[in-house]
Amino acid sequence: MSVIVQKVAQLLSALIFVFSMYVITHGHILPGGGFTGGVLLAGSFIVLVLAQGQGYLKLKQQRERTSLFESLSVLLILLLGFSGLFAGSMVFFGNYLPKGQPGELLSAGNIPIYSILIGIKVAATLFTIFLALTIYKEEVSK
Amino acid sequence: MENPVLIFFIFLPFLAAFLIPLLNLFWDQAKTIVLPLVSFVLLLLALLIVINPPQSTQYIPGGWYPVDNIPVGIHLVGDGLSRFMLLLINSIAFLCAIYAIPYLRLFTGQKYFYTLFFLQLAGLNGVVLAGDMFNLFVFMEVTAKASYALVAFGVRKTEIEASFKYQVMGGLATLFMLFGIAMLYWMTSTLNMADISVVLRNDHAGNTGAIRFTQLFLLAGVAIKAAMIPFHAWLPDAHSSAPSPVSAMLSGVVIKVLGVYVILRLFINVFAPSEFLSMVIAVLGGISMTAGVILAIGAWNLKRLLAYHSISQMGYVLMGIGIGMGVVAGGGSPEAVALTFTGALFHMINHAVFKGLLFLTAGSIEYSTDNLDLKKMGGLARYMPLTMVASFAASMAIAGIPPFNGFFSKFAIIVAAIQGGYHFRAALGLLVGILTLASFVKFQRYAFFGRPMPRLSLKHTPLLMKASMITMAVLCVVMSLLIFPEARAIFLDPAVNTLLESTDYVIKQL
Amino acid sequence: MMLYVLCFILLLTGLYGLLISRNIIKIVISLTIVEISIFLMLILIGYIEGGLAPVIFQEEVLSHQAVVDPLPQTMVLTAIVIALATNSMILTMAIRLYKKYGTFDIQEINELKG
Repeated sequence: MSVIVQKVAQLLSALIFVFSMYVITHGHILPGGGFTGGVLLAGSFIVLVLAQGQGYLKLKQQRERTSLFESLSVLLILLLGFSGLFAGSMVFFGNYLPKGQPGELLSAGNIPIYSILIGIKVAATLFTIFLALTIYKEEVSK
Repeated sequence: MENPVLIFFIFLPFLAAFLIPLLNLFWDQAKTIVLPLVSFVLLLLALLIVINPPQSTQYIPGGWYPVDNIPVGIHLVGDGLSRFMLLLINSIAFLCAIYAIPYLRLFTGQKYFYTLFFLQLAGLNGVVLAGDMFNLFVFMEVTAKASYALVAFGVRKTEIEASFKYQVMGGLATLFMLFGIAMLYWMTSTLNMADISVVLRNDHAGNTGAIRFTQLFLLAGVAIKAAMIPFHAWLPDAHSSAPSPVSAMLSGVVIKVLGVYVILRLFINVFAPSEFLSMVIAVLGGISMTAGVILAIGAWNLKRLLAYHSISQMGYVLMGIGIGMGVVAGGGSPEAVALTFTGALFHMINHAVFKGLLFLTAGSIEYSTDNLDLKKMGGLARYMPLTMVASFAASMAIAGIPPFNGFFSKFAIIVAAIQGGYHFRAALGLLVGILTLASFVKFQRYAFFGRPMPRLSLKHTPLLMKASMITMAVLCVVMSLLIFPEARAIFLDPAVNTLLESTDYVIKQL
Repeated sequence: MMLYVLCFILLLTGLYGLLISRNIIKIVISLTIVEISIFLMLILIGYIEGGLAPVIFQEEVLSHQAVVDPLPQTMVLTAIVIALATNSMILTMAIRLYKKYGTFDIQEINELKG
């Protein structure tokens, strides 16, 4: 890609990144949330890779890392849900943190935490899919 | 009200599925310990809730309790039928899991298997526990996604082709389901199954056209998943291409949960059983039963032969269910209905055990000789006596020879058909039984007896694979005991009662 | 009512494409069309003429009578996530099939008979 495209992609990527953070953290008070924000977050990386070419992020190393983030975030979601069995109303996925004032950024108990974890999970998954499709390598069976 | 055991059937497999990739980074062998351990714990939990049923049958995660008797949250429902299915799923999964550990030496990329296996297990448990339509759909998709990947696990030409076919057909099936669910939501403005049932019975009793339209879409989706004959094209490919323990899971559990269980839950508990639907299901079941076995006689690949028999045996189950629904809709006596449903459910668990065992023995033959073509086998009885015994037990069970479990369940279905006045279907059942026997005599004759093929070396069957096969072979005989009322009262009767008192489901869940 | 009929026609279009196309990529596209038609129908079911977005703490929403049904929207979001998984997986398989067989034509990809 030409220098103009690369430069614009870098600037755009930063903007998309910031916007994705906004969408993820405001998941409980505005339309959007973990999934939408996660897609944007993954998009900010994908734009960079598309503009700069494969060498830019050393893709094969990133693949291990995204898988790690993916497993870790799901694990945290599950454990957070499990912790609901011991706190507050004693139900799985219980929302036991203080609820706060509706409409505030810090409100709705556990929901923002889930939102953030889901955002990480979706971003990691989408980027993994993107990597799997770009650096496809032949695997030998048997 | 609360029964937190239910959530563990979904929580534990998901936890294990995502813990394994992390543990892999530090310790390579962790996965071979986590796999049998978690599946054994799940099996114990399932046995616990079947033998000692808890007071409350549902669990509501997140604490979203019903408001004015209108359900607002996600309900997990563990009634008789669900508990019965949980036991079936988790016992077969445990046996396949311990079989898979040595068997996977045939493959590269082993670490992905464990995660996918647990995702499939979580999806299956979720389908059985789901109390609302949309969760049913989501968990069906979780199961299906894991199954697609597992079918293509060997990444050879044919496996990827089979997986692609399976994905197109499976994707279409779930989309039909989603369309049906959308129609249901449009009509009733609710997703909870018990609530839908109430609204349909009260407000939409005369609205047969719309209900029938919805039912046909849902049935088309389920029929593809259950591989009834006009929709069966993906099954022989997918089930014969997957690694053997996965084939055992697919044939033994997945088509039953995604096919038969969903049919039972939707068309008996949610919709009232109707004459029209019972006719459709029984006729499709009869066709699958006959055509499946005829296709199987011509097959020479061992696993493909077994896959065709899965279609045929599922036909028995579906015919039993269709007859039962017909008797319910016709206002027959509860005893007659109970007999058909008992026969169908009994045949379903029997099929899970013996077809699982048959696929495992096929895997054992493949492991030792690296060959699945019946024409190139022969004289294996001398080299693999244990596999021979296990496979003989399973073959006799599927063919319906008396001391084995298959006989009693087929007998129950045929007797129920005669009692219901469906003499042609009963005769068809007998005929298919004879053809099944013929095709399994062929399998035994070509694989284990006859002239031994000259071969250089045979790999020794590992201990865990043997253990799993022996357990299943013993189960093939022991499960005959379910004909006694004492054993039936624990395992089968709660499930049958759920189906019998289809309105009871509504009363208990709301 | 017209919109629902159009959705159903879109669904039938997708099914028709699924049945007649021989190219793997076209099959995937047809499957996606069926998906989209069902999503559109779900959104239409929840839509109310002149309804507001259901963000409950806003003053204008609390005073306003008509609010669109949020449940089908969440269902569609979930279904979109599932569709994403379906599409990425099926496309991965398509790439692999192309590498193995060297063609996208399903009539030439026929090692399995049955």
